[in-house]
Amino acid sequence: MNLSNGKAATMSTASSSATWKAGDVVSDQFPVGLRVLVVDDDLTCLVILEKMLRRCRYEVTKCNRAEIALSMLREKKNGYDIVISDVHMPDMDGFKLLEHIGLEMDLPVIMMSADDGQNVVMKGVTHGACDYLIKPVRIEALKNIWQHVVRKKKNEWKDLEQSGSVEEGDRQPKASEDADYSSSANEGNWKGSKKRKDEEEETDERDDSSTLKKPRVVWSVELHQQFVAAVNQLGIDKAVPKKILELMNVPGLTRENVASHLQKYRLYLRRLSGVSQHQSSLNNSFISSPEANFGPMASLNGLDLQTLAVAGQLPAQSLATLQAAGLGRSPAKSGLPLPLVDQRNLFSFDGPKMRFGEGQQQHVNSSKPMNLLHGIPTTVEPKQLANLHQSAQSLGGVNLQFSAHGAQNNPLLMQMAQPQSRGHILNETTGGHVPRLPSSMGQPIVSNGIASGVLGRNGIADSGRGAGYNPVLQNSSLLNFPLNHTSELPGNSFSIGSTSGLSSLSSKAGFLEEVNSEIKGSAGFVPSYDIFNDLNQHKSNEWDIQNVGMTFDASQHSNSLQGGLDISSSVLVHQGFSSSQRNLQNRNQSQVSKAMFSVGDNTDHGNGQNINEHLNTLLGDNSIRVKTERIPDAGPQTDFFHEQFGQEDLMSALLKQQEDIAAPEDIAAAPSENDFGFDGYSMDNIPV
Amino acid sequence: MDVGQMRRQWVEYTKSLFMEGFLDSQFEQLQQLQDESNPDFVVEVVSLFFEDSERLLNDLTRALDQPSVDFKLVDSYVHQLKGSSSSIGASRVKNACIAFRNFCEEQNVEGCRRCLQQVKQENLLVKNKLETLFRMEQQIVAAGGSIPNMEQIGF
Repeated sequence: MNLSNGKAATMSTASSSATWKAGDVVSDQFPVGLRVLVVDDDLTCLVILEKMLRRCRYEVTKCNRAEIALSMLREKKNGYDIVISDVHMPDMDGFKLLEHIGLEMDLPVIMMSADDGQNVVMKGVTHGACDYLIKPVRIEALKNIWQHVVRKKKNEWKDLEQSGSVEEGDRQPKASEDADYSSSANEGNWKGSKKRKDEEEETDERDDSSTLKKPRVVWSVELHQQFVAAVNQLGIDKAVPKKILELMNVPGLTRENVASHLQKYRLYLRRLSGVSQHQSSLNNSFISSPEANFGPMASLNGLDLQTLAVAGQLPAQSLATLQAAGLGRSPAKSGLPLPLVDQRNLFSFDGPKMRFGEGQQQHVNSSKPMNLLHGIPTTVEPKQLANLHQSAQSLGGVNLQFSAHGAQNNPLLMQMAQPQSRGHILNETTGGHVPRLPSSMGQPIVSNGIASGVLGRNGIADSGRGAGYNPVLQNSSLLNFPLNHTSELPGNSFSIGSTSGLSSLSSKAGFLEEVNSEIKGSAGFVPSYDIFNDLNQHKSNEWDIQNVGMTFDASQHSNSLQGGLDISSSVLVHQGFSSSQRNLQNRNQSQVSKAMFSVGDNTDHGNGQNINEHLNTLLGDNSIRVKTERIPDAGPQTDFFHEQFGQEDLMSALLKQQEDIAAPEDIAAAPSENDFGFDGYSMDNIPV
Repeated sequence: MDVGQMRRQWVEYTKSLFMEGFLDSQFEQLQQLQDESNPDFVVEVVSLFFEDSERLLNDLTRALDQPSVDFKLVDSYVHQLKGSSSSIGASRVKNACIAFRNFCEEQNVEGCRRCLQQVKQENLLVKNKLETLFRMEQQIVAAGGSIPNMEQIGF
């Protein structure tokens, strides 16, 4: 990127010209010109921080209201490199803002507060903040915030490389062709904001190609939707950059651009489905054929979810559709128009909607919804699923699919079903993201508990509640964990696990929708997502859940939440269930969730509500427990989940070439970065 | 009084404020941030703080006067005041806020009211002290001198 651009000269004009492309860390002027957005309702602190940051030679934009900050971020997708936000704000809880940012923009976020209580700091960690500063903030503390940006980018690269399995070929050349890529990318930068910068960056990038620097193409919502549509059309298996590029037919876009984006997308999906390879089997059933279409369900789901998440739009309908699809039901719902619609959001997603959607999807697949949940009464599930779908936009589709085939399917389903909700959700985004969540809710559950997270998300999205938000999320994540582990789930294998991945995706709200659509489009999609399979989806799910959980606002948006909750529960249940002891909590949840799981089968989510509440409670417990349990389990599965930390993960993977989980990972010290296992992750006591 | 004397006086006064706990190192940070491009930075920020604090103190008074006190609300006000006072280095105000929060947790209305009085008093004290300090600075600048840099002085 062009940090060098950032240099005073090139930096283009103040504000955000963002000459400094986050992607490029290698500039001799870096971190000068780092574009910081600082949000604090306390004017005194805000002014002081601004002055301090300017003293550090950063480009500062200050804002005293979270909503305004969010709209500023949305308006200028690539306009900021890092966000610093206060925890206690009157119009929106800082953690909620954190989640939104993670989902939609995947930027590193630093939390700060005069409150230094351990639980608050922990909340920051679990919500994915990359750092937590105690007020009063000293300038020394601000001098090094650039490290978070670099780290994220680095991880992004790493993810890309890791996930590059599918497209190694693309990857490598991509790196070397960065220069070209960047140039073209820049030109093709839809946002088009920084042409000048782009050029400069190109130069820089050429110099640094194959380093961290990556040309930054702005993947706008529309663009991403086109991308997702193309991928779906081709089928995830066959989705190679070249073909995608051709299908997209976007002038100025290079194969490298597409390749890197695809990598991220895959990672994202992987994360969503994360859970498991086991789940892949589940996933298979996901899309409409019980068999393993999805072999790599995880991946598939992940994709879906991601897409959805990204799109932020995972409307409930999409999810529902997906689920239906997953379940093998007639795609009545799957009309999915989704694919494109939500795809947009992939990267820009407005809200955590996706997450939920994803969760739902997973569910949908399995025809036998609750296999995963041993002993968990699954009766409810179908309904829950239905609920999910219906829930406002929520996850209605909660992909309870989980059950049978591993959640993975669900996500896909979800996406498909999304179209309708999506619209809805989108609208709401501003309002409070409510709509989005619902969709996601549906899906996430599948993934190991991601669903739960998703649910939470929905809840949050809907209500825009900050408060409820966080806790929920936490639960979800927790839920995921154990779930993943239980790959033993009969038949379902870890759909949950996968679902988790999906869930994470769901978080991305918009993404789910897209994902769903994609999934539909490409039956083969899932299978190709090998990465997912291998990875310990389990892990990813867990993480996803976290994210998901966050969004999962207990508050509920009636349907969405419910679906979400249920799902989460189920997710948890599934995951940890089968063999693990996690059952305890899961059990409770599972029951609730089971209902959800069956979502795939049933679309009426009447129960959602009840379940939601129930779930909330359950989730709460479970989440915490799950986490604990998870860790040990994670070990074995590892591999995939490293990125799932926090909602940001999803987005980061896809959206920018940022390290996806840089922050959360660091925070969580999750070991599995590369092995995807949460080995080190000691989330034991993550207080929500 | 000549400029040199004024400057020395300013230094002594500043030191005393730190010694007596009215100000802490955060205030120094503010002073360091002031430069030619922003020569009135400290005065501006401090003024912002006092506007904020007066408003918060009024809100607190009102909240504690309610027949049924909403402690969560009171606590959130105190938290805000704690945050902003710590940002400018008004450490006695900050400490009073910390004590105040404890009473909020205990839901002790009387304790809270007492703390409110304490906070108001500290707020007024540091306001007067800073006004004095700023006046000295104005005089120094008016006399053609420059405000000493505490860091340089080795404080």
